[in-house]
Order: sequence, then C-alpha cells, then structure tokens
Amino acid sequence: MLNIQDILETIRMIREENLDIRTVTMGISLFDCISDDPDRLEKKVYDKIMTSARNLVRVCEDLENTYGIPIVNKRVSVTPISYIGSGLSPEGFVRLARVLDRAACDLGVNFIGGYSAHVQKGAIRGASTLIESIPYAMAETERVCSSINVATTKAGINMDAVRRMGEIIKEAAYLTRDRDSIGCAKIVVFANIPEDNPFMAGAVHGIGEPDTVINVGVSGPGVVAAAIKEAGDCDFSVLAETIKRIAFKITRVGQLIASEAANRLGVPYGIVDLSLAPTPAAGDSVAEILENMGLEVTGTHGTTAALALLNDAVKKGGVMASNHVGGLSGAFIPVSEDRGMISAVDRGILTLEKLEAMTAVCSVGLDMFAVPGDTDASTISGIIADEISIGVVNNKTTAVRVIPVYGKNVGDYCEFGGLLGYAPIMKLKGESCARFINRGGRIPAPIHSLKN
Amino acid sequence: MKAIITVTGKDKVGIISLVSTECAKNGANIIDISQTVMKEFFAMTMLVEIDGLADRFASFASDMQKMGIENGVDIRVMHEDIFNSMHRI
Repeated sequence: MLNIQDILETIRMIREENLDIRTVTMGISLFDCISDDPDRLEKKVYDKIMTSARNLVRVCEDLENTYGIPIVNKRVSVTPISYIGSGLSPEGFVRLARVLDRAACDLGVNFIGGYSAHVQKGAIRGASTLIESIPYAMAETERVCSSINVATTKAGINMDAVRRMGEIIKEAAYLTRDRDSIGCAKIVVFANIPEDNPFMAGAVHGIGEPDTVINVGVSGPGVVAAAIKEAGDCDFSVLAETIKRIAFKITRVGQLIASEAANRLGVPYGIVDLSLAPTPAAGDSVAEILENMGLEVTGTHGTTAALALLNDAVKKGGVMASNHVGGLSGAFIPVSEDRGMISAVDRGILTLEKLEAMTAVCSVGLDMFAVPGDTDASTISGIIADEISIGVVNNKTTAVRVIPVYGKNVGDYCEFGGLLGYAPIMKLKGESCARFINRGGRIPAPIHSLKN
Repeated sequence: MKAIITVTGKDKVGIISLVSTECAKNGANIIDISQTVMKEFFAMTMLVEIDGLADRFASFASDMQKMGIENGVDIRVMHEDIFNSMHRI
C-alpha cells in the first residue's frame, strides 16, 4: 500500500493548498461547418459543438468524484472563426459569436475560445472583418473569448494589426463601460500563439489539430508556495529541485485527468499545459511563490530572476511527468487574477515596466492589467508592440490583455468578479508614440528566424 | 478498482468502526488500514476494493463525506490512481 505520508500530502495539497485541475478544454474543429449560407453555417456550428462536447461537463464531474480533485473549469476552443466565417459581414460574425455563446451556455462551460484570427503577415478578408466585429461581439456575449495573433518570429510583426488592435480594445472598453470595460478581459493579442493552449482567453483549436481533442491545464501555485516555505532558506540548487519535485507531482495529476477524460469522451488526448495559473483566492498566488523565495514584495529587484528560476523549474519537473506537453506551459502573471500581484501594484512596487521585464522570462505576457480609460489607442498599440517584440525576438509566446477602464483613472479600481478578479488602475507614461505606431506596415522578422 | 479512504481530524472514539460499517454496508472490501496519531490529530488511510460499488461510487463518497462532517472529521474517498500517479514513477 502507498505510504500514509504520501497520501496525506496529496490530501493536504487539495484541501489546504488549492491544488486543482484548472481546466479541461475540448478543442473542436469547425472546418466541416463552412457554408456560404449564414443560417446554415450557424446551425452547423451549434450542432457540431453541442454534439462533440455534449458529455464534457458530465465526464469532468465524474472525474472530480472519482479522483477527489476539483476540475475548476470545463471549456471549449474552436477553429479560428475568421476561417470558418470568412465570407461573413461584421454583423454576420457577431451573430456567429452569439451562436458560440449560446452553445457554451447550453453545454455549461464557462468560456469558449476561438473568436480569433491569425494576421501576422496580413489579413484575409474574414480576419479583417472579424477584427472589426470584436468590440460588438465581446459586448453582446458573455462567454466568447477572442485572440488575435499579430506576429510570429518567422513572419515579423504586422504593425497595421497592432495599430488597429489598440483601437479595437478602446472600442470594446467603451461598449462594455457599464461593466468596468470587461469586454477587454476577453481579448488577447498574441505573438507566436500556440495552437493547443487550453487556457482562456487565448485558447483556439489550431488548424493542425485533430477533429476534436482534449487539452488539460494544471495549476497549483499554492502547492509550490507551500513547498518553498517549508524548504526554508536553502540555496538555489535545492530551491530549484524543490520546485521541480512538486511540479512533477502536480503534472502527474494533470496527465491522469487528461488521459482519463480523453478516454471517457472517446477523443484523442492532446497536451498537458504545465502553467501555474493563479486565482484571486487566498493561497493561490504566483506572487506569493516569489515572495516565499525571499522577495519582500513582488516587483522589487530580484523579481525577474526569481520568476525565471520558477518558470524553468516548473517546466523541468513537469516535462518528465507528462508524455505530451504543450500550450503555454510556464507561470502566469495576470495582475487582476492574483492577490499578491494586486497588492504589489497597489503598493506601487510592481510597475508596468517591471511587469514587462518579467514577461521576458515567463510564459504569457502582460495579462489582465488595467490602465486609465482615457489612454490613447496609439499608446495601447505601443504597449502591445513592446510586448510582442519580446516574444518575436526571444522566439516565445507573449501576449497582451489590457483593460483601459472607461471613466477610471490612476487611484481607482476595476472589478470583474469571479476568476477575473479586480485590479488597481496602473500608471502609464504620458508621452505619445503615435507617430511611431502610425507608420504602418510590418516590422521584419528577426535574423535568427532564418534557421533553415 | 481500488480506492483510498482518508480520515483526518481530531481523534474520536469509534471513528474506524463507523467507516468500516459504512464500507461493509456498501460492499467495499477493506484490504489494508494504516493510521497515525500526532498529538490530538488523527489520520487514517484505508485501501478498499470497490468493484462491488459499481456506479454507486459517487454516492458512497458523498455519504462518507457527510458522515465525516457529522462527526467532526474530514473523510475523503478517492480512486487510488491519483496517489499512484503522484507518488510512484
């Protein structure tokens, strides 16, 4: 029989340290739904999603009961809608977004991702139209998430798309002004977007994926934070080893749930995403991990090094525990979804500049941070361009999910509720970058993209 | 199929008897029991064969949990594979 201490360790992780499976996400291809008749397209999209994912929530609940581990989110990602509705008008795209929202609601999943387009080198007609429709689609739906890939290391940065996304985000903020501009919390701008990411708002079902697939995102910042606290003032080698060991255990649970879910749903298992995803709940914070490593407050000097160590150790521990690793895989540092990050911003220690530096060594990017509502669209584009450059040059995924909260300014707070949390409005520089952003065209791919 | 029942909390007279009676009632065969007491804190793990339960696993687990709450302890029933995955390579 298993060692009693091992059993109790697992129980403690679940009961006291918030260990959970953050998401089981079913990816569904919608290519076989394409039709030149919008009504027929909508019906086929709804039917395909409902048929493919009809048992998703029930199976996840069965797994929770059997294994005693919470599965916090059950979600669906679909083929980027720009491909599926390529001939639609902006209104047609918004109608299709409503269909996705209805399907998500009827299935009982909390988000559906894939209201997306890939425009790193240029936009097909469907992509341009979809982008124009995003503010309206985000305002009229609750569960639909949108992601736009504006750059890759191979293609460079589509600065026309970066410029336009600044304006789109501002429009979405205005259209959802009665809810602290929550529409922007469902829009992510990416560089090097992964095609198998199970986490929202950036989940899409890539075009090279099977017809349906199960991807799982594990979590457990609280477990890592507790292990580091228990390890005490050890040296960095021991610290890295402690994180690797715990990441291995967390990921093994993810692997078990991923393969069982795929097996019971009769669809292929795709990947386990190793990301440490925080929530606003106490004891579920990535910032707390960094602070347990010895930082007085996240954002102070040493933060980037601490995060780099954490991110690397999580991957090294996790990769041995899963037969297919993918998605974003690293530590997430969203501001509004992490109590420690919120507190660090509140105290003025974590600034946007430091946050940007941190994104160079972790998995995602500038995530869920709020800025003044009167910020220029070109400044939003400047923030996006900076972050996207980090991804393109470093051959990694980066993204921006920024909320210019309508009617609010530095000193105010915005409140999204639930997993999306709340955030203080962060200060930006007042000087303009409009002349730079308005040049238009593409920033060429970096020299190291020429690998062949 | 095997599950592991864990009982943790303040030590209480008769708790093993309550859990094993519930197991017997549901056709869950007890294979092994370990327990440890640290100060007043009591922890017991029980390996049970649950093939007899078939599709009643969820209600068995939830009844056990309720019984734990009534008696001031935490009782969980979990498939053994979650522990095997985490702690065995």
